Amino acid sequence: MSHSQDFFDRPETLRWILRSLYAICAVLFGLDFVIHRHSVHPWEGLYGFYPVYGFIGCVVLVLVAKWMRKGLMRGEDYYQQVNQSAKEETHAGD
Amino acid sequence: MLGIELPPFLIFYLGALIALVGGATWRGPALIVVVVVSALNLWQLPSGFGLETQLMGMALKPIHIDRLSLLFGYLFHIAALISVIYSLHIKDKTQQVAAMLYAGSALGAVFAGDLLTLFIFWEMLAVTSVFLIWARRTDTAYSAGMRYLIIQVISGLLLLVGIILYFKQNGSLMFTEIGLDSIASWFMFLAFGIKCAFPFFHNWLTDAYPEATPTGTVFLSAFTTKVAVYAMARGFPGTEMLVYIGATMACFPIFFAVIENDLRRVLAYSLVNQLGFMMVGIGIGTELGINGAVAHAFNDVIFKGLLFMSMGAVLYRTGRINGSELGGLYKSMPKTAILCIVGAASISAFPLFSGFVSKSMIMSAALKEHFNIVWLLLLFASAGVFHHAGIKIPYFAFFAHDSGIRCKEAPWNMLLAMSIAATLCLAIGIFPQLLYQHLPFPTDYSAYDVSHILTQTQLLFFSALAFVWLNLKGMYPPELPSTNLDFDWMYRRPLPRLINACGRLVNRVDLTIRSRIMSIGNTLEQRLAALNSGEGVFSRTISISSMAAWMVTLLALLLIIRFF
Repeated sequence: MSHSQDFFDRPETLRWILRSLYAICAVLFGLDFVIHRHSVHPWEGLYGFYPVYGFIGCVVLVLVAKWMRKGLMRGEDYYQQVNQSAKEETHAGD
Repeated sequence: MLGIELPPFLIFYLGALIALVGGATWRGPALIVVVVVSALNLWQLPSGFGLETQLMGMALKPIHIDRLSLLFGYLFHIAALISVIYSLHIKDKTQQVAAMLYAGSALGAVFAGDLLTLFIFWEMLAVTSVFLIWARRTDTAYSAGMRYLIIQVISGLLLLVGIILYFKQNGSLMFTEIGLDSIASWFMFLAFGIKCAFPFFHNWLTDAYPEATPTGTVFLSAFTTKVAVYAMARGFPGTEMLVYIGATMACFPIFFAVIENDLRRVLAYSLVNQLGFMMVGIGIGTELGINGAVAHAFNDVIFKGLLFMSMGAVLYRTGRINGSELGGLYKSMPKTAILCIVGAASISAFPLFSGFVSKSMIMSAALKEHFNIVWLLLLFASAGVFHHAGIKIPYFAFFAHDSGIRCKEAPWNMLLAMSIAATLCLAIGIFPQLLYQHLPFPTDYSAYDVSHILTQTQLLFFSALAFVWLNLKGMYPPELPSTNLDFDWMYRRPLPRLINACGRLVNRVDLTIRSRIMSIGNTLEQRLAALNSGEGVFSRTISISSMAAWMVTLLALLLIIRFF
């Protein structure tokens, strides 16, 4: 395995990626105050509407999904077990 | 150009015949030729090409070509070509024959000018596609295929009932705008809705698609749902209910996608989510809305196909598809990883990628017609798409923690198919006119204005920021080997149990009634036996003289009766 292939495993790469992401986000947020956007929806015109909506939307999405796991998550072979027990039942019936 | 004009579906059906009799080595390449010949045939058909016929006094139009169906026709040829190249290494005759018949049926359905022809191809789609699931040859695939087939056939039966009622009412079978104004149209709406994966009817898709073969899923993702979108766009444009159904479809699957472990099932949920956008566009029903829905269907086939292909390649090479077992594959499959990222950027609607130029049409149409809340929901869904399809799929497969899996890069034919799809994603994203000029309505829409680009980029980058933040805080749900219950639980667990319980009840009632009747029979038998036994009435000895006296009396009685 050559060194260059493990590019994404290096901590400095990760740090570099994260820093660029933060920088891009800051610039994009700042552009809201520089560029005049045309807007149709009343909320659309608010400064930082899209960034804030995107961020909060995703956090809510993930937290709700995590909470859903409590009610909906079962073992990997959940349905296979059902089949198994059904089969045993029919065999017992025979 | 070819001198002959053939119905578009016919060449694919002939292709199935070739696949059936052909030798294993040249079957694959021959199918590519079939798709190309079929595309040339469609391209050279004169505008207004159609077939009309009569069946028992009903006017039928088995082939009808207009702008809407033509665009889907081209799309299906592109999808078929990509999928056939992708599955070139396959030697499985079942899959090859089924795939050809399946793609042909999709063409038959979109070029059907009357409802009866539509019904025939509607059912053909179901019957042929299920073999792509069964071809996986596992128990889970078999039962998932069975459930898939049952639901698809139910959709077909609803369509048939709708068509019969519609014919009684209108005396015509032509497939034009139907509109939701009669029982007949409700039946058809529901039939289309099942194949469009309406909420509660969506599980055939998320259940069966991930169980198909790596190549089968690529075919499946292209045709069935898009035929349904086409049928909805033709039959029910501007049906407001579709806007709300679509908004629901765009939102709820993304929650499931976030916690799902099987990466192809994540894509299946994301397919439902994209169909939601299309339903909203059709429901709005303005020229912009319909154009947006059709354009998005076109792009979705290509970028969703690309994503399914990249995950299929991972499954093919590693034998695994669960996010919890994958990771770090960029080291072994760098080209697949890059192509997957192109698909992910397209579905997330990054500027310069295809999703951007079509999704924004639907969003603009929603705003223009003042569906404000729906617009907010779609915006949330857009951020969510990026989250689960744009980041999650490439991240957990190719990056994240190194799973230690080292495998070969995807085969050349898979890479070629994915590259074609990726090129189309970029080409349409950069030159949207390529697609816009073929849309059903003429449009001067431009996706690339500063506001659009800025707002979409902001939305996406801050979604990415949320992903990073949640990950760093350790709040992001880890990939866990699990099954998540969805609506299919209803017919996979309580319903069979209910049926079993009913069966047992019927059995018990039956048993009781039988044993009662048996005991009555037994008592009767015992009584009869008693009558015949030693001292019983029938066993008594009677003298001959009394017998003779009785006979004389009987004859005398007959004689008297004769007189009257």
